[in-house]
Amino acid sequence: MDTKKGMSVSTRASEAPVLSESSAGLLRELVAHLRQNRTQLREEWARRITRAELLTAMTEEEIFAEATAVYDNYVEALETGTFEALQAYSRRLSERIIPRGVETDEVVGIVLLLRDVLARSLFTKYQDNVEKLNRILDSYEPAANRIANTVAVGFVEERERIIRQQQEAIRELSTPVLQVRERLLILPIIGVIDPQRARQLTEQLLRAIRANRAKVVVIDVTGVAAMDSGVANHLVQTVEASRLLGATVIVTGLSPEIAQTLVTIGVDLSEMATVGDLQGGIEEAERLLADRAPPSTQMRELPPETNR
Amino acid sequence: MEVPILRQGQFLIASIQSALTDADLSHLREALIAQVGRSRCRGVIVDVTALDVMDSFAVRTLGDIAHMARLRGAETVIVGIQPDVAFAMVQLGLTLKGVATVLDLEEGLAFLNRRTEERFVETRPKKPSGRG
Repeated sequence: MDTKKGMSVSTRASEAPVLSESSAGLLRELVAHLRQNRTQLREEWARRITRAELLTAMTEEEIFAEATAVYDNYVEALETGTFEALQAYSRRLSERIIPRGVETDEVVGIVLLLRDVLARSLFTKYQDNVEKLNRILDSYEPAANRIANTVAVGFVEERERIIRQQQEAIRELSTPVLQVRERLLILPIIGVIDPQRARQLTEQLLRAIRANRAKVVVIDVTGVAAMDSGVANHLVQTVEASRLLGATVIVTGLSPEIAQTLVTIGVDLSEMATVGDLQGGIEEAERLLADRAPPSTQMRELPPETNR
Repeated sequence: MEVPILRQGQFLIASIQSALTDADLSHLREALIAQVGRSRCRGVIVDVTALDVMDSFAVRTLGDIAHMARLRGAETVIVGIQPDVAFAMVQLGLTLKGVATVLDLEEGLAFLNRRTEERFVETRPKKPSGRG
């Protein structure tokens, strides 16, 4: 302790005249200190993480391993003043720990704990020299805050990326256009329909009609809880656009509530073929498809009927 | 730009190859209606696959062609409307009511074959009953 103090005093004396250089020098000194006490500070930090009951989803060994990596990256960021490596690391870390249910407050919490642990070790080291402690803290605090910021932002960004990805996946999943048999498509709609989704739904259906050369489409709205005039009108538009591509649309599964609302608000669905449930809709579709069967079969059937 | 009108069996096929001006469309309408009677055909197919835009005048002209051709004894079917065009049309309220539309030329021919044969079947039993 004595020798250390003597050393720090001597370096201070030699660097004192050039102030700008001294802050870089202080940071170097700080980094050297953190390197020297790596094991002890890291253990202290891991202990405090466990005591604060953070990262409960991880085992003690895992916490220690991550703590080591974070510590080294932390010191490196302090030394070089560049944050790219730390950013990349925090992204990888987030990728690993987010699936395990680690929350944002835990990540922010552990970074702030590390900051506290290191600051406290600086207090202990320079407690006899308040003026030097102040200068050390002056160069330590901005860097430490930026590091805490980088890690927290990295974590939140990763979460947002995952959320965006999931939203995309849900959107894709929510509008499957299924081919039941040749020329017959089914479009089950589940959940809330907003204008954006309604538009996407129509576009997807029209493309599927073209790709599968569909003749009949059954749109099943059993899974739609509510429908307003906007959505209903969009449904009518979808039916009309499908007809322009040569496909007949049958709408099934309109709930009693929706039927009442639509009639009450006066949406005109008289142009639309509607059948009670999906089974009935498919039966109706099969009938329509059979009607379009090769005319030779109709010729055989028709004459007796007209003779009657 | 002239739209070629081809004859295929009992049907006339007008295949639009590029965007048409209003004058071109009117000309197409006149040419088609004139030819329907001249060639005694039973069906007209207008292929719009190449069009990626259809304005109200184009849609109205297509509707007019269908109704006029019916007065001259031919069924009309519009084929090849693109998904995006169909979507835009319904948003503008241009839905071609009362006009048959199918996916493509092949479907159009099948549709007209079916329609004309139906008519043939419907009319044939009447003749003997009328005589007897």
